[in-house]
Amino acid sequence: MNFTINGQSVEVEADIRSSLLDLLRNSLGFTGTKKGCDQGACGACTVLVDGERINSCLALAVQYQGRSITTVEGLGSDGALHPLQQAFVEHDGFQCGYCTPGQLCSAIGMAREIERNVPSVVTADLTAASVTVDETELRERMSGNLCRCGAYNGIIEAISETLAETSASQTPASSHERARA
Amino acid sequence: MNPFTYERASDASAAIELAKGNAAARYLGGGTNLVDLMRETVERPDMLVDVTGLPRGIEPRADGGLLIGAAATNTALAADSHVRRHYPLLARAILAGASAQIRNMATVGGNILQRTRCRYFYDNAAACNKRQPGAGCDARDGFNRYHAILGASPACVATHPSDMCVALAALDATVHLDGPTGPRSIALAELHRLPGDRPDIETELKPGELITAVELPPLPFARRSTYRKVRDRASYAFALVSVAAALDIDDGGVVRNVRLALGGVAHKPWRASAAEAALKGRPANAESFRAAAEAELAAATGLRDNAFKIELAKRTIVAVLGELTGDDA
Repeated sequence: MNFTINGQSVEVEADIRSSLLDLLRNSLGFTGTKKGCDQGACGACTVLVDGERINSCLALAVQYQGRSITTVEGLGSDGALHPLQQAFVEHDGFQCGYCTPGQLCSAIGMAREIERNVPSVVTADLTAASVTVDETELRERMSGNLCRCGAYNGIIEAISETLAETSASQTPASSHERARA
Repeated sequence: MNPFTYERASDASAAIELAKGNAAARYLGGGTNLVDLMRETVERPDMLVDVTGLPRGIEPRADGGLLIGAAATNTALAADSHVRRHYPLLARAILAGASAQIRNMATVGGNILQRTRCRYFYDNAAACNKRQPGAGCDARDGFNRYHAILGASPACVATHPSDMCVALAALDATVHLDGPTGPRSIALAELHRLPGDRPDIETELKPGELITAVELPPLPFARRSTYRKVRDRASYAFALVSVAAALDIDDGGVVRNVRLALGGVAHKPWRASAAEAALKGRPANAESFRAAAEAELAAATGLRDNAFKIELAKRTIVAVLGELTGDDA
């Protein structure tokens, strides 16, 4: 099977039954992506595929051949943290850290959805030209990522700050996406 | 997970040809339900035919309706500008379901054909007439908070878990199919079955048939519509009860037309025809709404853990109709 992972082309032999999550972790060593529930309930396995967030535990790897996948390992660059990672550190956006890679990838995917004016269930006006980002929107849009430590307040602060710092026209891209641009 | 072969279909006829005659073949959309069921060995296909490459366009029709390719993702449909403006109940229903990650993966066709989340259906060690006909039903005397209050049978009390389908039922959506015996169409409301004594047969689909598109007829008054989902936590949970509604009131405050469907209460998305009939021509007020809700839920029966949903459904109907009337109930 062939994929582009964090900007690098990879070819790997894998069992047809492999989830994208197991392929990343067990076959390719990208153990940053975590296995929480393995049934789409917790979001720890969230990765970006062509910039969109998905649950890699529910994805059969074979179905994603040829796609561009970004994991937490692809967010920072040259030893520097992605601005969102730095904000998680500054706002105590984690305790044990197990859900963090999924939270980070999910938030970056969410930023793109907001940029594309994808609504959420708490969006009051579905016909508005843009999303008004507030805490209610962020909590709803991040509801697919559970944190058993309950670091939600720090997570939301970190995401809010990062969204505010990157202008509306510029979502926080991963390092290889920045490199490509 | 059992071994299987994987094929990617370029179009509907190729998909149908690949799966033809193989009762153990499954069409694969986003996989968010099927892959999970395969991991639990509740589903054991020997072939997966990937249909995510099939048409996913969302196109307004000349008559004012909408044609939705079955491979459209849930996110794409909810974000579509035509859906948001003309069918807000559909956008809101989709957005009330699952998480953003799952909506990005899940297709419209797959959403319609997802299986119940009854925990006894998922648990191979439990008795389930749906998973193994004749085995019995552990839900009936088990944990049945999420189970059916309408249209259930001694054999099965499972609910259909989709939010999107509740809105589609209210909108009189048509499902376009293709299969070994050629294309045909069926009303969404007729696609899913009540359990009866064969809860393992969940839809009217014939062997090898594939959903290719969903069509919405025009419904101008659906601009005044919404979807409310009552659940055990604020987000990312299945419905205890949900209501999709569209309301058309004349200048005298009388209900000219109404569409109402319920989720979380039955083996299929439940079109509330009795309530609709009770509402038409009546003043749009709380008294009429309550009478309509009573009419719809008159046949409801509760189990140990879910009897509260009968009153909950009534109150949610009244509240949603009140919201559409302008009273924020």
